[in-house]
Amino acid sequence: MKKNNNQLMMTLLKGRTFIVLIILVIFFSFASSSFLSVNTLTMVAKHVSLYGILALGMTFVIITGGIDLSVGSVLGLTGMLAGGLIQEGLTIGGKTIYFSVPAIIVLMLLTGCLIGLINGLVVTKLNVPAFIATLGTMYICRGLANLRSNGATFSKIAGFEGLGNVGLKALGTNWLGIPAGVYIFAVLAVLSAVLLKRTHIGWHILAVGGNEKSAKLSGIKADRVKILVYIISGFCAAWIGLINTAQLSAAHPASGDGWEMNAIAATVLGGTSMAGGSGTIVGTIVGAFVIGVINDGMTMCGVSEFWQKIIRGVVIILAVVIDQTQRNLQAKMALQARNEAK
Amino acid sequence: MYDDPNVVLHCEKIDKIYPGTKALDQVSFDLLKGKVNVLIGENGAGKSTLMKMIAGIEQPSAGKMYMDGEEVVFKDTSAARARGIGIIHQELSLFQNMTVYQNIYMCHEKRKGLFLDDKKHVEGAKAILKRLEHEIPPDTLVGDLRVGQQQMVEIARNLVEDDLRVLIMDEPTSSLSAAEVKVLFKIMRELLQQGLSIVYISHRLEEIMEIGDHVTILRDGKYVADADVKDVDLPWIVENMVGKNTQYHRFERSIDLDTAPKVLELNHIRLPKTGGGWLLDDVSIYLKKGEVLGIYGLLGAGRSELFECLMGMRPEHTGEVIYQGKPMKIGDIADQLKAGFALVPEDRQRQGLVQSLDICKNASLASLTDFLTGFLMNYPAEEKAVDEQIRDLHIKVADKHLPILSLSGGNQQKVVIAKGLMTKPTVLLMDEPSRGIDIGAKTEVFEIIHEFSERGLSIIVISSELKEIMAIADRIYVLSNGKCTAELSGGDITEDNLVRASYAGLGTGKSAS
Repeated sequence: MKKNNNQLMMTLLKGRTFIVLIILVIFFSFASSSFLSVNTLTMVAKHVSLYGILALGMTFVIITGGIDLSVGSVLGLTGMLAGGLIQEGLTIGGKTIYFSVPAIIVLMLLTGCLIGLINGLVVTKLNVPAFIATLGTMYICRGLANLRSNGATFSKIAGFEGLGNVGLKALGTNWLGIPAGVYIFAVLAVLSAVLLKRTHIGWHILAVGGNEKSAKLSGIKADRVKILVYIISGFCAAWIGLINTAQLSAAHPASGDGWEMNAIAATVLGGTSMAGGSGTIVGTIVGAFVIGVINDGMTMCGVSEFWQKIIRGVVIILAVVIDQTQRNLQAKMALQARNEAK
Repeated sequence: MYDDPNVVLHCEKIDKIYPGTKALDQVSFDLLKGKVNVLIGENGAGKSTLMKMIAGIEQPSAGKMYMDGEEVVFKDTSAARARGIGIIHQELSLFQNMTVYQNIYMCHEKRKGLFLDDKKHVEGAKAILKRLEHEIPPDTLVGDLRVGQQQMVEIARNLVEDDLRVLIMDEPTSSLSAAEVKVLFKIMRELLQQGLSIVYISHRLEEIMEIGDHVTILRDGKYVADADVKDVDLPWIVENMVGKNTQYHRFERSIDLDTAPKVLELNHIRLPKTGGGWLLDDVSIYLKKGEVLGIYGLLGAGRSELFECLMGMRPEHTGEVIYQGKPMKIGDIADQLKAGFALVPEDRQRQGLVQSLDICKNASLASLTDFLTGFLMNYPAEEKAVDEQIRDLHIKVADKHLPILSLSGGNQQKVVIAKGLMTKPTVLLMDEPSRGIDIGAKTEVFEIIHEFSERGLSIIVISSELKEIMAIADRIYVLSNGKCTAELSGGDITEDNLVRASYAGLGTGKSAS
């Protein structure tokens, strides 16, 4: 009897984030008559895809036991660089070159990867704790973003027909009624899940997070694995830099300020342990939806920005408390099963 | 060039120097083909260090290794693995957060194109585990397994590739049950028949007599002797392991311990192990006033755990504690210190010292509240008390405000002892007080123990070195696998009795049946 209770509890706990998501959706659809409308849901999806893509990269980093605080600044910087390249081009030796939009996208993604590479190298080769290393790059990238325009905004970014660099806006519009960012989120999420679950790289990421020393003894190049996850995180952040700029048709140097916290919150809500070693992509996706629904739902219900922050804080702490409860229960059940087996 | 068809791997004059110690000193070693090569020695003799060189975990400071007639250099575990050398570590090195099959195939992943072939992983894992007679579902999380089962997974990991030539097993049985050890031995014999060579490290001498073919003995990082197991017996092994020349002066007692009152009595102490079984299984001991009580046992016998119970670090233990004639409820560490217990912990660097503080502060750390005037520290009083200890224990200090790490190991240890003594204890618990200090400092530590016991302090000393414990203890309890297997005093304290009792609780080897 007790055992069945435990199992029921376990099922509920495992699906808790999803259950919370459904409850939130039901709650907000009663609290605000316009919540369950196509317009609102499109908006929620648009926001979720922004946090979600950042959280995908963050999930890999946190699974290895690290953290990436620089993603908000990286997206600000790549957004500014992209905006600058379209508006002003690149001036080298008195000649100005304008890149096509696909080239700009590739360049920005490479920029994101490069910053990730730097993060990874500082963490692994210089032995700087991830928190400090990425805090450093967070400030550096924010500074660079401001330097690009001396703090000014690139507004009305559309490109010039004659220069052949129009079209970034496509990343910010709806395709078949769904925001472009959602498609990109979906594709990146599938790729992430495959990488984590179906390739040896995924195993190595989990192994490094679970027990780095053993991983090294097993022949895993732990440093390379760690560098890779920061590159993935930078890559994801660069996508958001592009999408955000496209959505707004403008690039502001303060864009993405504090978004790393939303990404971390979504990841942790999705069940990824800050201690490293465990986490799933599906969990992170659901976590991103919970964050998005809470944010937009509360705004629609007229909850003040200040209260929103408090509620978000409570939700994050609760999520981790419940996570601990699940772990304890799991350990208890394993012990029980073992005793029965004897 | 070195070439002998009966030798898989030859080590030539290997040195390994760690900061401050020479772990291996000109050790040469032949790993015989198709045999169980046993390595024996006390803790710190260099057995595990030598194996780390062979498995590529660490690199020798000097010396060479040869395989198949050519010199080999293993810069990491992968390089050793490429030569067919696998190791089962003393501490489990599994991924608790991953499944059994993931652990088994980690770094030997089977792939279908870009992707993992989990079907093959699960089937392969099932087959290996069946061979090991442990049919654990391959998708179980390793963290949910018993330690013994985890050990089997660790072995399975090494068998997954069929190019294995040498399997190093560093104390594989320390966490196995008697039945599991039987299975392990059966597997080892199978592996030998398949042409594998095995290196086996164990402290359980009975096991070695049963499974071993050739034994090599190390002491203090040096080669001592080697022989075929069939040509030798237990006393020969013990003698070579312990050495003849390190004799400690046996102390004479002026206190009549027969009439001394019991200061501490433990009755039926039990401490559960996570994952089933007992760390301490019905242990009953007593300690008299002014007595030096020895606790001897192998690694994992439950020695340190006994101290942890007394210091309030193991609130989950059960049993009765009678202290100074009254039943005692064990509180937290601060409560126990106040009650008159003090601990000199086993790991000086991690548990005994705060490296960032100076000598003086390290000594007074546990008794700081004794030097308060109101809310403020009375430094002159503190320094005076520390000076007293420095004089009393003959700690060689130029200035007590120097960093603690500027002292030699022996003097650091004396500071840790001073810290314990400054709490004015009734019972002093010392866990391996002579570990990692040189022979001169050892003798001084023993003199301190003797002197304070003569002054009426009751002391319990844990040691895994036979000669030492025989020299300092008035009476010795032997723990084995959590059970108290012997109480020895006077003429009964012999090497043979101690060694025999140290594996009597294991239920393995010949003594089980």
